[in-house]
Amino acid sequence: MSDIPETMSKTTKTVEIDSHALNFGPQHPAAHGVLRLILEMDGEVVERADPHIGLLHRGTEKLIEYKSYIQAVPYFDRLDYVSPMTQEHAFVLATERLLGIDIPERAKWIRTLFSEITRVLNHLLNVTTYALDVGAITPSLWGFEEREKLMEFHEAASGARLHANYFRPGGVAKDLPAGLEERIAEWARTFPKFIDDLESLLTGNRIWKQRTVDIGLMTAEEAMAWGFTGPCIRASGVPWDLRKSQPYEMYDRLDFRIPVGRNGDCYDRYLVRIAEMRESVKMIEQCLAAMKPGPVKVQDHKIAPPSRGEMKRSMEALIHHFKLYTEGFHVPAGATYTAVEAPKGEFGVYLVSDGTNRPYRCKIRATGFAHLQAIETMSRRHMLADAVAIIGSLDIVFGEIDR
Amino acid sequence: MAEDSAPEAPPPPPPTPAELLAQAIAAVPGVTGTHYERDELVVLAERDALVAVMTALRDDTRFAFEQVMDIAGVDWPSRAERFEVVYNLLSVSLNHRARVVVSTDAEHPVPSVHTVWPVATWWEREAWDLYGIVFSGQPDLRRILTDYGFEGHPLRKDFPLTGYVEVRFDEERKQVVYEPVRLVQDFRNFDFLSPWEAMTSLPGDEKARRDPSK
Repeated sequence: MSDIPETMSKTTKTVEIDSHALNFGPQHPAAHGVLRLILEMDGEVVERADPHIGLLHRGTEKLIEYKSYIQAVPYFDRLDYVSPMTQEHAFVLATERLLGIDIPERAKWIRTLFSEITRVLNHLLNVTTYALDVGAITPSLWGFEEREKLMEFHEAASGARLHANYFRPGGVAKDLPAGLEERIAEWARTFPKFIDDLESLLTGNRIWKQRTVDIGLMTAEEAMAWGFTGPCIRASGVPWDLRKSQPYEMYDRLDFRIPVGRNGDCYDRYLVRIAEMRESVKMIEQCLAAMKPGPVKVQDHKIAPPSRGEMKRSMEALIHHFKLYTEGFHVPAGATYTAVEAPKGEFGVYLVSDGTNRPYRCKIRATGFAHLQAIETMSRRHMLADAVAIIGSLDIVFGEIDR
Repeated sequence: MAEDSAPEAPPPPPPTPAELLAQAIAAVPGVTGTHYERDELVVLAERDALVAVMTALRDDTRFAFEQVMDIAGVDWPSRAERFEVVYNLLSVSLNHRARVVVSTDAEHPVPSVHTVWPVATWWEREAWDLYGIVFSGQPDLRRILTDYGFEGHPLRKDFPLTGYVEVRFDEERKQVVYEPVRLVQDFRNFDFLSPWEAMTSLPGDEKARRDPSK
């Protein structure tokens, strides 16, 4: 070095910074919606990931403040549009809690049943699109066919494939149509075979394991601090499930197990979801066996509407119907934080009522909001392609994160 | 039972675990009060002592709130300190929840709890974005849900539902343009409140309340 002239040594000291920022999304098939991720790269290694969210922000919380309680329910379908009914469930339970009402037993069974159907619906989408992100296209083709069958059950019960608006304060919108229970039972008999087939594509697959094992590790402590819930925290080895620990509806009467992972990597999050689908099928069968005919909404027509037939004959029923769908019902003043175990994790609603017919404040605790934030720590020093696997394994849907 | 039998006061029932928890939390310095609302524990805390309170709630083995589930802002324009910040805490190991409430206004910052739970950062950003609540000690207080360059705090009660600007793609300029909101019909905000329930006093009620002796 000493024999180089001074002018030369100056040029050789030029520092080349090869870290560069990469704009991932907002329109990227692996971004699961409209995620804009600013990645600071060192070669192909992620140094820093800064998610920019809000590109799908629709102001749901503000809109709900201007709607009556019944009108607010459909907004919840449109949050996490892959698991619509469980979102409604949280809001409906919060409203019922403020009202201080209890719903008939059949309505509880129907809600439990459809919560579990929704869970399978959600996990099918997540597992298969996650596989699509890391290069396996067949699972998504198979899974979407199976999802379509489940959405037909949604349609039969509520009239809509996706945006169900089926759970209502005081029960469910209407009883299940004749024959639906048998159709669901028939599906539940065939579905475990489908999970076996799906697993034969992925669980032992060498490429799948190369891409997911030891990727995006989260220890139990980290997962706790970053607000993980649902399959993501269970994959890190924390046996926490609201259906067991703080049971709502009929979950305390069901016999089911909580699958728990050990390593907290992307592969474990996949395995937990697969095992949860198997448990869900068992729960669906138990619900169907335990369901008895009966009323599906409270008989208080100040909260739940009277039947069509009653409205044709009774003036009072007609008035109740009119008042319910214009003014709605008044909810006693107070506040509650009510959470359910949505397929993605804890979905909570912090509902504040001021005694009128509209929510004063409705804060939606979106599950993916906490999970997405942890991408920063999870993807650090991983390859760029691994960031995609991590996003897939977290089960992110922007409808709920951006609200 | 005979009415004149000596009323023997039953011994007070032993405090339930929930009451013991509320009492223990009430003893934490910085906590101004605890009560139960529909079986949900509400903890009122002083704003300036918030980080110490939260650290105690997380680290004390009697409370063990390992997770903050949610941080919500609430706007009460009629109050002296118009904003409430509500922290929904969850203890996974002991299976209980609590709700910590502090109040503030647009000027006074709330101490950030991102050192206690890293997940708090985004929720504090959200509360800043939607309500304009300032969190001191939070290094990353950018907007999160609203548009780049958005002005105002949309979830405040005095912010109109329709907002102030609307966005469209201008075919001539080949870019997205921002314009003031134009409503083709007036914003309709129906007041469905029943007059029978809203009117607590009717004309002539003052006559009934008048002292008949006069």
